[in-house]
Amino acid sequence: MQIIVCVKAVPDTATRIKIASNGQKIDQEGVKYALGPYDARACAKAIELRDAIKGDSKVIAIASGFSDGERDAKKRLKDVLALGADKGVFIADPDPEHRDPLSVAQALAAAIKAQGKWDLVLFGRQAVDDQNLAVGPMTAALLGVACVTDAVALEVTGDKAVVTRAAESRTETIEVKLPACVTAQRDLAEEKYPKLKDILGAGKKPIETFAFAWPAPAWEVKKLSAPPPRQAGKIVGEGPDAVPKLLELLQSEAKALTF
Amino acid sequence: MAGHAFRGEDFFSLDDLLSDEERAVRDAARAFVSDKIIPIVEKHHRNATFPTELIPQFGEMGFLGANLHGYDCAGVNNVAYGLIMQELERGDSGVRSYCSVKGGLVMYPIFSFGSEKQKDHWLPLLAKGQKTGCFGLSEPDHGSDPAGMETKAELKGDTWTLNGAKRWITNGTIADVAVVWARTKEGIRGFLVEKGMKGYSAPPIEGKFSLRASVTSELVFEDVKLPKDAVLPKADGLKAPLMCLTQARYGIAWGAVGSMMAVLDEAVHYTKSRVQFGKPIASFQLVQEKLVEMHTMLTHAQLTCLRMGRMKDENKLKPHHVSFGKRNNVRSAREVAKLGRELLGANGICDEYQVGRHMCNMESVYTYEGTHEIHTLVLGEHLTGIAAYK
Amino acid sequence: MASKIVVFAEVRDGRFKKAALECLSEARKLKGELGGGDVTAVVVGGAQVSSLAPSLGAYGADRVLVASADWLERYDGEAYSKLVVAAVSAEKPDVVLIAASLDGKDLAPRVAALLGAGLAADVTAAKVEGGKLQITRPVYAGKAYATLEVKTTPQVISVRPNAFPAEQKTGTAQVSPLAISFKPEDLPSKVLEVKAAKTGKADLTEAERIVSGGRGLKGPENFKIIEELAEEIGATVGASRAVVDSGWRPHSDQVGQTGKTVSPNLYVAVGVSGAIQHLAGMSTSKCIVAINKDKDAPIFKVADYGIVGDLFEVVPRMTAEVRKLKGK
Repeated sequence: MQIIVCVKAVPDTATRIKIASNGQKIDQEGVKYALGPYDARACAKAIELRDAIKGDSKVIAIASGFSDGERDAKKRLKDVLALGADKGVFIADPDPEHRDPLSVAQALAAAIKAQGKWDLVLFGRQAVDDQNLAVGPMTAALLGVACVTDAVALEVTGDKAVVTRAAESRTETIEVKLPACVTAQRDLAEEKYPKLKDILGAGKKPIETFAFAWPAPAWEVKKLSAPPPRQAGKIVGEGPDAVPKLLELLQSEAKALTF
Repeated sequence: MAGHAFRGEDFFSLDDLLSDEERAVRDAARAFVSDKIIPIVEKHHRNATFPTELIPQFGEMGFLGANLHGYDCAGVNNVAYGLIMQELERGDSGVRSYCSVKGGLVMYPIFSFGSEKQKDHWLPLLAKGQKTGCFGLSEPDHGSDPAGMETKAELKGDTWTLNGAKRWITNGTIADVAVVWARTKEGIRGFLVEKGMKGYSAPPIEGKFSLRASVTSELVFEDVKLPKDAVLPKADGLKAPLMCLTQARYGIAWGAVGSMMAVLDEAVHYTKSRVQFGKPIASFQLVQEKLVEMHTMLTHAQLTCLRMGRMKDENKLKPHHVSFGKRNNVRSAREVAKLGRELLGANGICDEYQVGRHMCNMESVYTYEGTHEIHTLVLGEHLTGIAAYK
Repeated sequence: MASKIVVFAEVRDGRFKKAALECLSEARKLKGELGGGDVTAVVVGGAQVSSLAPSLGAYGADRVLVASADWLERYDGEAYSKLVVAAVSAEKPDVVLIAASLDGKDLAPRVAALLGAGLAADVTAAKVEGGKLQITRPVYAGKAYATLEVKTTPQVISVRPNAFPAEQKTGTAQVSPLAISFKPEDLPSKVLEVKAAKTGKADLTEAERIVSGGRGLKGPENFKIIEELAEEIGATVGASRAVVDSGWRPHSDQVGQTGKTVSPNLYVAVGVSGAIQHLAGMSTSKCIVAINKDKDAPIFKVADYGIVGDLFEVVPRMTAEVRKLKGK
């Protein structure tokens, strides 16, 4: 079984996001990159599945992104190789910050097709930087296969997979024909730490380059801006009679509650 | 690794000088410490227990004897090894002590001075965390002056008889094997003493206010009978245990950096959120001065460590370099922890915050593995050619 | 320049989701700003949805296309995306709006990719600039906002729930059926089972909403009122250190310096004074509500909204009011 996992290099969660002076991009100064947290779960699951299936199973990790310095997406492919993947495929993107999800999905779909036979493609449910939550289902649509998003469990039997999807206030158990795409929620697998030996071994595994002619982006990013500053808090009132007003504010102003 | 919340201070962008592999090792250790050690260490420190459940996990990660090659050891370079020690001590000095004693003082001597049989038997078990080891050199009456040791081993026929006592032995009570140094007719030799041998006991030392999440013990030998091949064949004289200490001290210098990172991080966050006189205390000059002192000491220590590591990988690192690193970095870490404690005010004396624990731990680290003063004299000798301790 | 807008109107539990009505109202507004045009709602669901469809007129739909069949009662990304794409292909709109509910987030990218259209996800603001639609969306976990223009026609936009008002006016919509050209067995996936998720069981660090209790609760038995409120608003229960140290709650519930660091969308601190140790674990929450009888309690300094009062009166009232709002 050939399992593909698509990953992205994202600023680590401790990063303070500062917008560059041109208002177009984030300031790269001091930004450290890491494997996306959902991508890490997808990787852990891919490797777990491969190890559970006897025979000639492989995990191929694909990433598109910057090819230089701290933000080099090949470094994240190495992370996945250290976790146990067999091969990396890198798609250089000169401007990933402004890349729209459809373009990324087109690149990934092309790279996936180039791998020949494949049975399952795993993604993180979202990238924590541009948070489109779109690349997984878009890639599936372009490949013409089924997609299950927000998976919290996944089992493969023969040419089918049974996936549990964490939907809004319900969980669905879905049977899909393979090949298929699945996006990972956190619970899909426990995060794994690479073992030191595997980190050293990762350097010996192949990372291939897949050339992709990026189309004109489907969007134009006009500017990045800082979120509005936090407003000073207010005492809504005293005692239980203040409750209706509080609930009203939570719904209409804070948008923190919906019914 | 996926993003984990801790971001270590890196003022001079030393990350740029690390290889991808070194960083990946550091990041793996960092994530492990954030997820597995920091959440539980407060409880162990309070109850004076060692988190033994971590031992096989250390083994699985490859933290044990990580810079040794073969025998199921990870075989990382000395910079990566140092970064692991740094991260472990960011969690807790006691937890780091477990790993550096095992790697530097148990596995290293078996690796360097042991027979093939000893290596084949013990190293994989120790590396995987299936067995624990300790190192018996210090004695109740001989700490800084190990040459005066009283523990004796006598060979009659095919049997060694071991008598004496060791003290301040990290991991002693939980060790399956002890590397014990004893006086023999031919000088000081090393022996592998196994748990359960008749006449061997390892009672814990109670009542510590430092390294509470670590086991510290006494080792007592009363006519312990050892087979002839319990001796480490290639260890001859006091030089052998001192070589081990150089290994461990190297890791301690890195560990001190981790302690400082943890304390500085906590102090910066605390002083920015603690409000007095209507503003965060970080806006007061007296507070900023302390933070800057802490940061300066940390940054010096980081530069020292990285250079030491590169020299060690080039076989250029000498014991006096290691004395410099251990002495300077631990002194700094002790000072940084104290400043951090001050900045946290009354909260600094509660185990809810890390600074108090690091402050107490550093009292041990300051004194063990060559006291601060002995390292001063090693460096004094290096400068003047005169050994003041003789 | 006139414009055509297609809105997917999501149905859940026999009624339109509020977020769907918000999308329609926004579509009506954008239609005006884009110089008039036409808003078509697409409704997919079980047999009963046809009867619901006319009500969308009041929220901005000029026309409604309805695909109804028993087997379409539950959301299915494969089936729903085919139907929305069929409607869009027939209508040829400039803009497709889909509420970014969890199912909407599943649906919108499928629709966009099948149409070869650009997608702007989870949009929080939209305006017309020089005849073009400019949208704003949060990126980097809300640490920044991107303003952008989608270049394709049509463009697909998923709209964050609660970001836009749902406005009921007068108006009627012309309802017509949307043909279903495939059978469930043609689809590559099938739903075997659907279970209701238990509310309030999310781990603290992942929870969208948290209700935390402090020493003000006076005893472990009083956490019942916290649990009841949490159940009603789908929150996870947290606790302060004082409460955990007293053995009222397990350590796994502790929020703060030595407990968990959380940043839910809503954090309700009940009887929590707000010691610096507690604030360290929750001050990045998006919206903080404090309920405390001491008006000088430090928790009010970080709270967005506060009620000064006896928690034993305020919290049960809140639970009751929420039940009313939910129509229970």
